[in-house]
Amino acid sequence: MAMPSSLLWAVDIFGRVYTLATTGQYWELCKDGQLEFKRVSAVKQCCWGIACDHQVYTYVFSSDVPIRYQEETYENQRWNPVGGFCEKLMPSDRWQWSDVSGLKHQQLDSFTLPSPHWEWESDWYVDENIGGEPTEKGGWTYAIDFPATYTKDKKWNSCVRRRRWIRYRRYKSRDTWAKIISLEDPSQLPDPFNDISIGGWEITDEPAGRLSVWAVSLQGRVWYREDVCHHNPEGSLWSLVATPGEVVQISCGPYDLLWATLWEGQAIVREGIDRNNPHGISWTVVESPGSENGIMHVAVGVNVVWAVTKDRKVWFRRGVNSHNPCGTSWIEMVGEMMMVNVGLNDQVWGIACDDRAIYFRQGVTPSELSGKTWKAIVSGRESDRSQTGSSTSLLSAGCFFSDEVRDQANSIIQSDGDISSDTESPRVPPNHADAPLSGAAISSNENNADSQKEVGAHLAVDSLDSAQEEANSTSSSSEKAGLEKPESSVDQDTHPAELQWTNIDLKEAHKNPVLTSSTFRETSSVSSLGLFPVGIEEPYGTDEHPFWAWVSGGGCLVDLHSPLKWFTIQTGLSSSVQSLSLSITPAQTAAWRKQIFQQLSERTKRELENFRHYEQAVEQSVWVKTGTLQWWRSWKPHKWMDVRVALEQFTGSDGVRDSILFIYYMHHEEKKYIHVFLNEVTILVEVLNDSKHSFALYTPERTKQRWPIRLAAATEQEMHDWLALLSMSCCESRRIQGPPSHHAVWSVTCKGDIFVSEPSPELEAAPHLIPCDQMFWRQIGGHLRLIECNSQGIVWGIGYDHTTWVYTGGYGGGFIQGLASSADNIYMQSDVKCVYIYENQRWNPVTGYSSRGLPTDRYMWSDASGLQECTKVNTKPPSPQWSWVSDWYIDFNVSGGTDREGWQYAADFPASYHGHKTMKDFVRRRRWVSPFPESSNEDAPTARTEEGMDQLQSFAFYGGVPNLFFVLIHLATIKRETGK
Amino acid sequence: MTDDKDVLRDVWFGRIPTCFTLYQDEITEREADPYYLLLPRISYLTLVTDKVKKHFQKVMRQEDVSEIWFEYEGSPLKWHYPIGLLFDLHASNTALPWNITVHFKNFPEKDLLHCHSKDVIEAHFMACIKEADALKHKSQVINEMQKKDHKQLWMGLQNDKFEQFWAINRKLMEYIPEDSGFRYIPFRIYQATTERPFIQKLFRPVAPGGQLHTLGDLLKEVCPTAITPEDDEKTIQVMIHGIEPMLETPIQWLSEHMSYPDNFLHISIIPRPTD
Repeated sequence: MAMPSSLLWAVDIFGRVYTLATTGQYWELCKDGQLEFKRVSAVKQCCWGIACDHQVYTYVFSSDVPIRYQEETYENQRWNPVGGFCEKLMPSDRWQWSDVSGLKHQQLDSFTLPSPHWEWESDWYVDENIGGEPTEKGGWTYAIDFPATYTKDKKWNSCVRRRRWIRYRRYKSRDTWAKIISLEDPSQLPDPFNDISIGGWEITDEPAGRLSVWAVSLQGRVWYREDVCHHNPEGSLWSLVATPGEVVQISCGPYDLLWATLWEGQAIVREGIDRNNPHGISWTVVESPGSENGIMHVAVGVNVVWAVTKDRKVWFRRGVNSHNPCGTSWIEMVGEMMMVNVGLNDQVWGIACDDRAIYFRQGVTPSELSGKTWKAIVSGRESDRSQTGSSTSLLSAGCFFSDEVRDQANSIIQSDGDISSDTESPRVPPNHADAPLSGAAISSNENNADSQKEVGAHLAVDSLDSAQEEANSTSSSSEKAGLEKPESSVDQDTHPAELQWTNIDLKEAHKNPVLTSSTFRETSSVSSLGLFPVGIEEPYGTDEHPFWAWVSGGGCLVDLHSPLKWFTIQTGLSSSVQSLSLSITPAQTAAWRKQIFQQLSERTKRELENFRHYEQAVEQSVWVKTGTLQWWRSWKPHKWMDVRVALEQFTGSDGVRDSILFIYYMHHEEKKYIHVFLNEVTILVEVLNDSKHSFALYTPERTKQRWPIRLAAATEQEMHDWLALLSMSCCESRRIQGPPSHHAVWSVTCKGDIFVSEPSPELEAAPHLIPCDQMFWRQIGGHLRLIECNSQGIVWGIGYDHTTWVYTGGYGGGFIQGLASSADNIYMQSDVKCVYIYENQRWNPVTGYSSRGLPTDRYMWSDASGLQECTKVNTKPPSPQWSWVSDWYIDFNVSGGTDREGWQYAADFPASYHGHKTMKDFVRRRRWVSPFPESSNEDAPTARTEEGMDQLQSFAFYGGVPNLFFVLIHLATIKRETGK
Repeated sequence: MTDDKDVLRDVWFGRIPTCFTLYQDEITEREADPYYLLLPRISYLTLVTDKVKKHFQKVMRQEDVSEIWFEYEGSPLKWHYPIGLLFDLHASNTALPWNITVHFKNFPEKDLLHCHSKDVIEAHFMACIKEADALKHKSQVINEMQKKDHKQLWMGLQNDKFEQFWAINRKLMEYIPEDSGFRYIPFRIYQATTERPFIQKLFRPVAPGGQLHTLGDLLKEVCPTAITPEDDEKTIQVMIHGIEPMLETPIQWLSEHMSYPDNFLHISIIPRPTD
């Protein structure tokens, strides 16, 4: 097979092997389609796989270079006075037929083909060339004795002579799966194989085409196939490589990287692989990213390692290079995958959990090996020509000259629908003539047009039905996009008989994974399929899109310069426009069209060329900042999504600078965005927690919905940059600058952040009262528990550590620093806040008070309410800005009093507690306290005085979105008191 | 080969170089320089001439300034026609830049609509889009849109944001493939030579027999005078966006690709210049 481009290999859940060319658009069924496979591992010249019989096979591409091997043996003769040179040798001599050294007896007929995959090119013949020169008669070379220097000339003292016989054998099983037959003693043979990975071709050039073939057997042992190279594509034998544990899966990179996973969930890394020792020397264990979820799968390239843990999360190993094959740490990536595979140039593919589609990692470059996003490969499967005859041409015709063909196919469907007497058939969607709305419809139409079988009819109606379901949930725009989506034709040889009774299952199954182009969803029911689905009877019969089980990109060279056609659903505008043009495509080359193009370019030339120096009437706005953030998706299932974010600023005709924040996200492969006019934003708040540097953005509408836009940045610095910029832009569009005015309304959030709002004259002026949810709040640095102000601009506050503070008139501070801050009057502020947790015990007759409660009791370590479990260990500072001041200690200063050990007693939880034990008391608790200060790097325009405080905020306030209403109610109080 | 989407871009980014001169009779404190500007063909005069207004107001006394209006060779220019249409209709085949005279006095009440704010333009623009969709989809598409989508169409036009506009507008350009086109084509035919403002009739993109109607079919039906008999010398130009599409061009394709942002095909019929 000629290789015009390189191939991506994949196995679907039925074990069928497909390839997708980098220049192609369709998955092609592997030429030798008889076998079903569970794993494949490909490189450029071949692919190794484990078939469902647990045997290893290799698929070697044909090429112009034949795979041939020269067998040779020597015929040796000695001169004797009677018969001259003859085959009678002296007893001390070598055999009459031997190898070149004479040490091995090699008769012509002792040579056999190593496997059925070889054939002899010809019979044995004498090699008459020695050292490139033809010898005299018969190819004999002469010497005084064995072993000695042979010459081609017979001399007076030539007592022995020999000649070389050669015979070529040729590897014939190319472009087909060749079973690897082991010649070893069967008792030594590995148990059935479970995983295979090939690579290592970069380790050494010698011999040509050398490959490292690693396999894992069902018992968890690792095997290395010896001597795999160009002229020995099958290798010679399996040798066992000892491992520290039972191995599940293995991955071999093009160079010296080799990782494997253990049953226990760790990964092991082979060290010491080099040209002299392709087996490597030792294993090093690498722990999984989290203790609860072990590593299930690894994939390695030249300098990268990717892993999938048992919870299907995808991880990228940081710091992997040839000096440090183990890398340094794990980074969690977006997406949930069944498996991932690394190919040439460290490009990455994965099979997603929820839709079983193959995703290609986009943006993987030498400088950014972890890439940017997963993009679904939506290429359809080219129909199996031998089975469906002309369906391929129909398919392509349907794609590009759709109308008539579709109509035709459609009419067939309807008639078939009648025959099938399926109760669903009247529900054929009214608009199904434009069936391209889903791949399912195309494929089934086409299938039907071909098959004319009643079985096919069932199938068609059925998948149409599910297509309709899909259509209902898809926006009308994507119906059009579907036009250009070449989809798989249905392989009719798969389970046609089952369809009649799996109809309902089919529909159920389709609901979820029907969208081939879907972006990630949370783990769905599909993931229950488990890792090794091959061979399991799946209800997915003839599906709309292939469900994949395995992918291998080891032979797939993605050229970054020539775009792939695998993602045929275009995104955004271009798709719609292309689909528009597709709607009348037969006229692509019509004269009228050419004329329009030509005239338009002439017009542009005429009207613009000499006038480019003229000012544009409409000022183009400026992109102030773009970047990548994560966005808390506003529909279910809620989750963080990678988004592109851009702040666009423009100057309106009235001179006011306004900004729009765009958030671009992918939804079902379609690029979409939401946008916020910053002059509508009412407040920006940091939402700090352990895992994300996030902030929330409210508008009046979003306050009503209680659903702010939540964005998260990779680093705290990045988040602060965005917050500062957005906050500045908000102020700018509201023409607010400098310090808060004397009339400003001050507030603190439940977290202690300080916000001010500039009252507009209408604030309290009837009839245009501004509802409080429309007031704009900007943050002033600092951290306080209480704040009070008057109309002279005097502002005082109390910190959580009872310190009183006075406002100095500075502004900015905190993350605003450097952008729009006042030059002076900004000082360091620190605050200390106490966290209380309770230790609860119940009395029992045997041990007295113990930490063993009743099943109905509260947690033995809890908050004051008892509802929340709060242990010393799991209670953490609310944000990275906080750190513990001291360790936990018992608090004796509790209302109601305590005993000497700090205990308070009560009849039951929850009740009133007292500081001494009575007969009626069955439970007791004591309070532990640990203060933590706000990190001192927060600058705030406050100065300090002294005071006291009482009770604390509940710790639970901290996790999620800050409670704006708390702020607003609090604010109302202040407003009354300030009395402008 | 060029893509149809390039047509959308070319249409969107069409610019007419324009020279604005203050009307000679306007009272100024000092002489006003002409003001040169590239006007977007698809936009509206009063939407893109804030700078022009500011420029001339600088040399005028406040009390002499009332509502701005524009005139070309004696004809007041209707701001509620797209700029490209005004140019094609009145100034095709003339030397560039397009010389427009700026007036601040004597507003021609009988010729022009008042335009006191951008809201008026927005209202007019949205009204056109709604009318067009009523013709194309019985208003189904525009009614299904949210307010913010409407706003986005307008903001796209106002800020000259092609992507922003088309992200929404593409929905207005969709149709059920089995229909082969819209219900009716929203079009208006303007003739430079008549007093009648424009011709607008119901016209389907597809003949009952299924073949696509062309621009020629449209003209034959609604404006037969625009069709020159085969043998005669052509005395008339049919212009859209400054070009003359062939009469064989399917009207549906034109509607999808060469409509103005208001979703109408504005077709100008003008006398062919005799050299």
